[in-house]
Amino acid sequence: MTKPQALLQVQGVSRAFGGLKAVQDVSLSVPEGSLTALIGPNGAGKTTLFALLSGFLKPDTGRVILQGQDITGQAPHLNAKLGMTRTFQIVQPFAAQTVRENIAVGAHLHTASRTQALAMAALVAERVGLADQLDKLASDLTVAGRKRLELARALATQPKLLLLDEVLAGLNPQEIADMIPVVRSIAASGVTVLMIEHVMQAVMSLAEHVWVLAQGQLIAQGSPSEVTRHPQVIEAYLGHGTAARLRQAELSA
Amino acid sequence: MTQLRKDIFSIALFVWTVAAIPFFTHSGVVLNFVMMALFACLIAQAWNVLGGFGGQFSFGHALFFGTGAYFQAIAQLSWGWNPWLAMPAAMVMAALVGAWVGALSFRYGLKGSYFALVTLAFAEVFRIVSLSVPFTGAGVGLMLPLKESVGNMQFGSRSGFVWLILGLVTLALCVTAYLRNSRFGAYLQAVRDNEDAARAVGVNPFHVKTWATVLSGGLMGSAGAFYVQVFQYIDPGIGFGSHTSVEALVGAIVGGLGTLWGPVLGALALHLLADLTRNLFGQMPGINMIIYGVVLIVIVMFLPRGIAGLSTYTPKSWRRND
Repeated sequence: MTKPQALLQVQGVSRAFGGLKAVQDVSLSVPEGSLTALIGPNGAGKTTLFALLSGFLKPDTGRVILQGQDITGQAPHLNAKLGMTRTFQIVQPFAAQTVRENIAVGAHLHTASRTQALAMAALVAERVGLADQLDKLASDLTVAGRKRLELARALATQPKLLLLDEVLAGLNPQEIADMIPVVRSIAASGVTVLMIEHVMQAVMSLAEHVWVLAQGQLIAQGSPSEVTRHPQVIEAYLGHGTAARLRQAELSA
Repeated sequence: MTQLRKDIFSIALFVWTVAAIPFFTHSGVVLNFVMMALFACLIAQAWNVLGGFGGQFSFGHALFFGTGAYFQAIAQLSWGWNPWLAMPAAMVMAALVGAWVGALSFRYGLKGSYFALVTLAFAEVFRIVSLSVPFTGAGVGLMLPLKESVGNMQFGSRSGFVWLILGLVTLALCVTAYLRNSRFGAYLQAVRDNEDAARAVGVNPFHVKTWATVLSGGLMGSAGAFYVQVFQYIDPGIGFGSHTSVEALVGAIVGGLGTLWGPVLGALALHLLADLTRNLFGQMPGINMIIYGVVLIVIVMFLPRGIAGLSTYTPKSWRRND
């Protein structure tokens, strides 16, 4: 059934909270080695979908398949062991611990040795540009620093699939420009990346394939330039009838 | 690695220093003070494993204390065990109770004040049960016969007990050093600081917290067994009463949560304070408790990270305004 090149397959996943259908019948397939993005207006259900994939929430219906293995509703720590790690949109550092200790927690997934985990933390910190802040407390980092830490900790688990939930949100343009090469280099190192992102500049420059989620449903997919021209996508972001008005404006101009 | 070396070195220094005390003085008052201070250190350290490193505030550590104490007494009285054999078994028993309570509480995701209440409830249930069943001696309690010999863990002098409790405190220090320098400890502190983030990177919080309760319970159980050997008597109020739980948690909190030396310093400071106020104001009953309470409030207000946090403390007026 599963295509061999799909690392993650999502089949008809739905989840409702009371009367609110947060995610409805979403299916997508993430090819191995790709850098893909999930976009959509606020409240579209992107983070909920991530929670369903990573095991923080259980889907009401549908299946999640990682490398041909059904992991629907499996606990997050088991998914991390299988190679799928997520980050959080609202950064979740271990505030009382240093950057090195924070990253080492991730590194411990594949080594019981404290020395090795701490050494690996230093290497990972280098990859995300935190090398000079290793002994700072996580609570003393700037927002940009915390976003990098979030990324580093996930990366230290040596994931096959990295789910990045808005690692660029809240950063200023300079910080975003600094962060984009970091994400790109992670993907280039062979890690499959699926990212939720609002910063279109980043999505356009990074993602090979984009899914658009609105009101819990997938409304479009394709290359970044395709989806940004898609009338339904424009309407989802800018309101009903906007696509038609924009087209008329273009014609009359 | 360097941190581990430092920890081992400081533990060794502490043990050598304290172990030497009985060679310099035979004063019963001094040795008794040292023994009871070390006892307070032990229960504070036991609590610190779960409360300080795991962030799970138990209000019922007397549960493990009483389990260890009663096991130590029953094993000798009813089964004729040697106390040196009974003590490790009492620790295992208390650890098993820890596994049971921990698994039950964390299985249902109890946190914060709910966890505190459930542990308190468990300790109370054990207290009431031990008041009514015959094998714990019910309200009368259990009394060990006096048979002074090293083989019987009843030392003629206080020095023997000082060395025994020092051994247990050293064990607790080693467990703490292990938590500071191991994967398990890193996972435990990660769960304390942010459970969701820990889960996302492969930590099983249930597993980690339950094991912490096992370690914490086992250490607390050793304190119970020690108590029975010293005072040769245990009853439900002493064993499962909440004052032991409170003494354990206050010592750890005042000293500094999740640190190696905090609980030792905290327990020592509080013990010193309690003795001092009792001796100075003993003729005015109650006033020593008032002073004790005021000092506690002051410490909690001005040293939120405990006495161990003093090493990194800078008064507000010294800080740069940034």
